[in-house]
Amino acid sequence: MSEPLIHARGLTKTYGDFVAVDGIDFDVAKGESFGFLGPNGAGKSSTMRIIGATSVRTSGTLTILGKDPEVNGPQIRAHLGVVPQQDNLDVELTVSENIFIYGRYFGLSSSFINKKIPELLEFAQLEEKKDVKVQALSGGMKRRLTIARSLVSEPDILMLDEPTTGLDPQARHILWDRLFRLKEQGVTLLITTHYMDEAEQLCDRLIVMDKGKIMAENSPAQLIKDYSTKEVLEVRFGSDRNQEMVEVLRPLAERIEVLPDRILLYAEDGEQLLESIAAKGIHPNTSLVRRSSLEDVFLRLTGRTLVE
Amino acid sequence: MSNSIRKVSSFGTLHVAEARIRNMAKWAFIILFAAVINPTLYLVSIGIGVGSLIDANNGVEGVSYLTFLAPALLASAAIQGSSDEVIFPTMAGFKWERTFFGMRSTPLTARQISLGIFLAAMVRTIVSVVIYWIVLYLFGALESDTAWLAMPAALFAGAAMAAVMLALAAKIEKEDFFFTIVGRFIMIPMFLFSGTFYPLSQMPVFLQFFGWISPLWHATELGRYLTYDYPLPGIQIFIHIAVLATMMLVGLFLSARVFDNRLEK
Repeated sequence: MSEPLIHARGLTKTYGDFVAVDGIDFDVAKGESFGFLGPNGAGKSSTMRIIGATSVRTSGTLTILGKDPEVNGPQIRAHLGVVPQQDNLDVELTVSENIFIYGRYFGLSSSFINKKIPELLEFAQLEEKKDVKVQALSGGMKRRLTIARSLVSEPDILMLDEPTTGLDPQARHILWDRLFRLKEQGVTLLITTHYMDEAEQLCDRLIVMDKGKIMAENSPAQLIKDYSTKEVLEVRFGSDRNQEMVEVLRPLAERIEVLPDRILLYAEDGEQLLESIAAKGIHPNTSLVRRSSLEDVFLRLTGRTLVE
Repeated sequence: MSNSIRKVSSFGTLHVAEARIRNMAKWAFIILFAAVINPTLYLVSIGIGVGSLIDANNGVEGVSYLTFLAPALLASAAIQGSSDEVIFPTMAGFKWERTFFGMRSTPLTARQISLGIFLAAMVRTIVSVVIYWIVLYLFGALESDTAWLAMPAALFAGAAMAAVMLALAAKIEKEDFFFTIVGRFIMIPMFLFSGTFYPLSQMPVFLQFFGWISPLWHATELGRYLTYDYPLPGIQIFIHIAVLATMMLVGLFLSARVFDNRLEK
C-alpha cells in the first residue's frame, strides 16, 4: 500500500483538564472517504481542526501529505478544502464574489478563478444565484456554496464537519448527491457526522468515536456485521410496561436494548422473532422490523444513542 | 501518490486587503459622501461660525481659527475612519460572520489576516484624508506650501490608532459594552482633549496628560507645523513621530498575537 495521505498515532488534544481527543490512531488512504461518527462532544471536530492545521495537537504524531501540520501549516492548508460546521461566508458579498475571494486567499490568479467559478456554480446548483448576496440564500444553498468555495483550489482532501446538520431532508439529499460525485472523482473525503445514515451513505470506512477515543474502526457494513445482528425488532408497550416486558423478552432475542420509549430486540430474522413473541401471547402496541444500522453499533459500543 | 507540496503565496496580506476593499466598495457611495459632508459641516459650523468670534479676538496663535482647526480635524477624521474600518470587520470576522475562521482554513496565517484588515483600513483612510484635505483647501484653511504633508501626518495618526484598535477589537469576545466604551471613553474624550479646539497648553497640566497619550494630539502638532508657521522644535517633531510609530508597531504586533490565539481554537 502507498504511503497514507493522513497518518495519526497517539493524537491527543487537551483543553486545560479536558481531554478532547485521547490518543487516537488512524490512517487515511488517497481517494478514500473516511468518516468520524460519534455524538456531539466526542472529539470529532477537534480532530478535524488538528488535521486542518488550524489547531495544534497536544501530543502524538501526525503527518498530512507526509508533512507535519505544526511545521508546514500553510503548505498543508493549500491542499485542503474545508467545510466548517458553521458557515463563515462573507454575507455582504455575492455568491460569485465569495468563491472569488476564497480562491484569492489561496493565491490563485483571477483568470484561473474566473474560469473555475461557472463550473463550481453548476456543481452547487447556484448558477441563478451567482449575483445574489449571500445573506439572501437559504441554509441549504449556503452549505452548497461553502462546499463549492472549498473546491476552488482543487483540494486533495475535502474536510466536511457535520455537513448536513440543520438542513431539511431534501437539502440533505442534494448535498449527499454532490458529495458522492466528488467521491467518484477520486477526491479524498473526511467527514464528521452524528447521523448514522450520512455515515452509511458517504463513508467507505469510519471510526466510531466517543469521549475522545476510538471505539471501533471499519467499513459501515462490516461494523454492523461485527457489532450487531442483521435485523432489529423495535417494540413499544407504552412507557409504563416497557420495563416489565424486558425480562420476558430477554430470552427470545440475541441481545436486547431498552430505550426510554421502546425496546430493541436484535435477531437475524426480525419477522420470525415477532411471530414467536406473538405465539407467547405477547402483543406490543407497535412493532417495527428494520435492518441494523450504525446507530445500533454505537448503542452496542457505548450503551448510548447517537442523537439524544 | 503526489508528495509535491504546493507553494504558498507570500502575498496573503494583500489578498485579505483585496477582499476587504471589495466589501467596502459596496458602501463606496456612503463612504465618499461622508468623507465630503463631514468636513463641510465641521468647517461651516465651528470653523466659520465659532471662528468668526475668535478671529474677532485676533485668532489663535496668530492665524485664523479655521487654519488652526484644520489639521486637527483632518487627523481626527483619519482616526475615526481608520478605527471604524478595523473595529467592525474584526467583530464580524471573529464573531458575527466568523469569516476569519474561513480565511484561516486557507494557507493564510493569522498575521496576514490581521495585517490585511489593517492595510484595507489604511486604503479607505487615504481616500477620506485626501477628500478632507481638498475640502479644507477649498475653504482656504491651508496656508503654507508644505500643507499637503498634513495628509501623511493625519494618515500616520490613523494608522497608529487603527493598529491599537485592531488589537483591542480582536481581544473583545463580548461586544456588549465595547462600542459604548470606545465611543464615549476613547473617541470623544480624545477629540475634546487633544488640543483640537484650542492649544493644549491652555489646559491644566494634569489634563494635558490626555493629549500626550493621544495620537490625535501628536498628529495635530505635526499638522499645524506643516500647514502654517506653527513653531515646533526638531526634538518635538521627532517625539511626535516616534510616539505614533511606536503605537502603530506595538498595535500591529499585539494584533497578530491576539489573532493567532483566537484563530487557533
